Amino acid sequence: MRENTIRYSIWSVLAMLLLVAAVKRENHFGRTNKTLGDTLDWPKSFGFGKKASAKQIAAWDIDISPDGKGLPAGEGNVSRGREIYALKCAACHGATGTEGPNDRLVAAPDSAGKSSGARRIKSIGNYWPYATTVFDYIRRAMPFNQPGSLTDQEVYSITAFLLNANGLWDDKNTLNAKNLPKVKMPAQDKFVPDDRIDGPEIK
Amino acid sequence: MNTTNDKNDSAGIRISRRNLLAGAAAATVVLVQTAQGKAFQAALTQAENMSDDPTKVPGVPPGTLGTRSAFEKPVKAPSDTSSRTPLQDLYGTITPSDLHYERHHGGVPAIDPAKYELVIHGMVDKPMVFTLADLKRFPSVSRTAFLECSGNYRGSNDGKLRPQEICGLVSQSEWTGVKLSTIFREVGVSPKASWFLAEGGDAAVMTRSVPVKKGFDDAIIAYAQNGEAVRPEQGYPARLFLPGWEGNASVKWLRRIELSDAPFMTREETSKYTETVAGGKIRQFSFTMDARSVITYPSYPAKVEAGWIEIRGIAWSGRGKIARVEVSTDAGKSWKTAALQEPILDKAITAFRHLWQWDGNPTEIMSRAVDETGYVQPFLKQLLAARGGNMGYHFNPITAWYVQKDGQVLFKAT
Ligand code: HEC
Repeated sequence: MRENTIRYSIWSVLAMLLLVAAVKRENHFGRTNKTLGDTLDWPKSFGFGKKASAKQIAAWDIDISPDGKGLPAGEGNVSRGREIYALKCAACHGATGTEGPNDRLVAAPDSAGKSSGARRIKSIGNYWPYATTVFDYIRRAMPFNQPGSLTDQEVYSITAFLLNANGLWDDKNTLNAKNLPKVKMPAQDKFVPDDRIDGPEIK
Repeated sequence: MNTTNDKNDSAGIRISRRNLLAGAAAATVVLVQTAQGKAFQAALTQAENMSDDPTKVPGVPPGTLGTRSAFEKPVKAPSDTSSRTPLQDLYGTITPSDLHYERHHGGVPAIDPAKYELVIHGMVDKPMVFTLADLKRFPSVSRTAFLECSGNYRGSNDGKLRPQEICGLVSQSEWTGVKLSTIFREVGVSPKASWFLAEGGDAAVMTRSVPVKKGFDDAIIAYAQNGEAVRPEQGYPARLFLPGWEGNASVKWLRRIELSDAPFMTREETSKYTETVAGGKIRQFSFTMDARSVITYPSYPAKVEAGWIEIRGIAWSGRGKIARVEVSTDAGKSWKTAALQEPILDKAITAFRHLWQWDGNPTEIMSRAVDETGYVQPFLKQLLAARGGNMGYHFNPITAWYVQKDGQVLFKAT
């Protein structure tokens, strides 16, 4: 009997300690789910999954950073881009990239804050902060009805054409991995990180 | 061949449906024998089984899938780019999975779970690829939280807007999956990594940059929603889920995560999901959803009668728990504290109610949410003033309802 009582109290002390530990962790992560034990007794690695091969990563790793990291080899020019645009893009974005019906792709750099009808003019020339994003997005998602169908060369050409139409690229120059990240985008300086914080301030 | 295991005949009923319906037309009660020899009322649908007195007709036998009552027809409101949850038709805080709002950028992909793979690479010790089965083997977590699109506001002048149109791009589910921190731990994320790219396997190959800190704090790779596999519209077979953050960053159909020391500046965090604020500045990486509430009853298109009315609604905040919801029944002149329904969860929709005796005179009713950080949901005017007159993403104004003399309830901007 006595022994049982002692064992019992040891267990309750242990349980209390565990509970305290759990509550502490919970506060630390701000979670509401109470999970006892958590990661304490986890192995260093569960060993699930397999190593990703360089080939598999390369097949999917298509993102392009503002510094140009990820841009493929190749080059394009405005006149070729104009042809492809007329063929594969104009139906949805308009003959000059301003008519729609889908997103406007051309805006003069000085049209920031101006409106067309009820809509504020917002496009590559006056809103997009990085030229690399134009290449990245078109290559991954356009044309909308045939995503991922363009060659890298075609994407360079369309990008050159769109930058030119937005007043940001000379139609005599070819566009490539070296000079695309250097295109200065007029709106870049306007971008500021979110400054809202917890608390009563309305921002 | 064991006929009782016939898949087309899960209740084990040995009678064709055509015979059955023919029988139903001839007689009110159709008896059929199951494979086990038990007699059953024919497997009619609820609609087919309708009668003036349900106590005089045997009901529908057990089935393989539950159905909504033929009398209940809540539906989402789709547009070209999204589909909105019918908030005014719902009760409590969980959104039925088939009514969860939708927003995607290249349609809903069909993904074979057997072929699904998630690649994690970049600034990690071990670049890894996980199958869906792999993800399910890791320690799991469940969490009830809201998901809201940051473009979740609409107004109108004629007042004929339901909560569904005004802010139906918010829904709530219980999400189950593996914590991203567990996966980060498994692949050994470099201490120098500060951002990760989340990429979807949809036609838009949608990408967002997310701070690594969020990944360690409370991000989940969710493979289940409300007790079953995540719905295709919600990212089947696995999606990122970032509690309290704008829905777009919770990338669906997650196929790749790349760790880096800088954001990637994808289209969805530059051209879209950024907002012009005071001084012509453009606010970027505004992830957190500010506190918001909406009265879902009475709301347009309801028509009410004078007398006791339980005002009901929902409130949520991306910064934590809802601390308080205040309700005004005199156009914002005075406010009373509404009753909150337990449980009040972190970054989750919380239900509120307030009993009101309407005297039949036209008035305006409205609610405002206060979260545990002290944030108070603003009026539209306040928001516009704070943002230099600009509307855009992250617009969470107080929603007012004008109650006309005839009881018709109409939306009113604040
Ligand atoms: C079938 C119609 C269609 C075609 C064809 C099409 N697009 Fe698009 N495009 C869209 C839609 C719809 C969107 C908006 C997608 C979204 O918001 O998720 C879009 C968005 C874009 C955007 C982003 C606009 C912004 O401001 O964020 C760019 C850039 C673009 N398209 C370029 C192109 C190019 C280049 C082509 C031709 C190679 C093309 N599109 C062909 C429908 C189309």
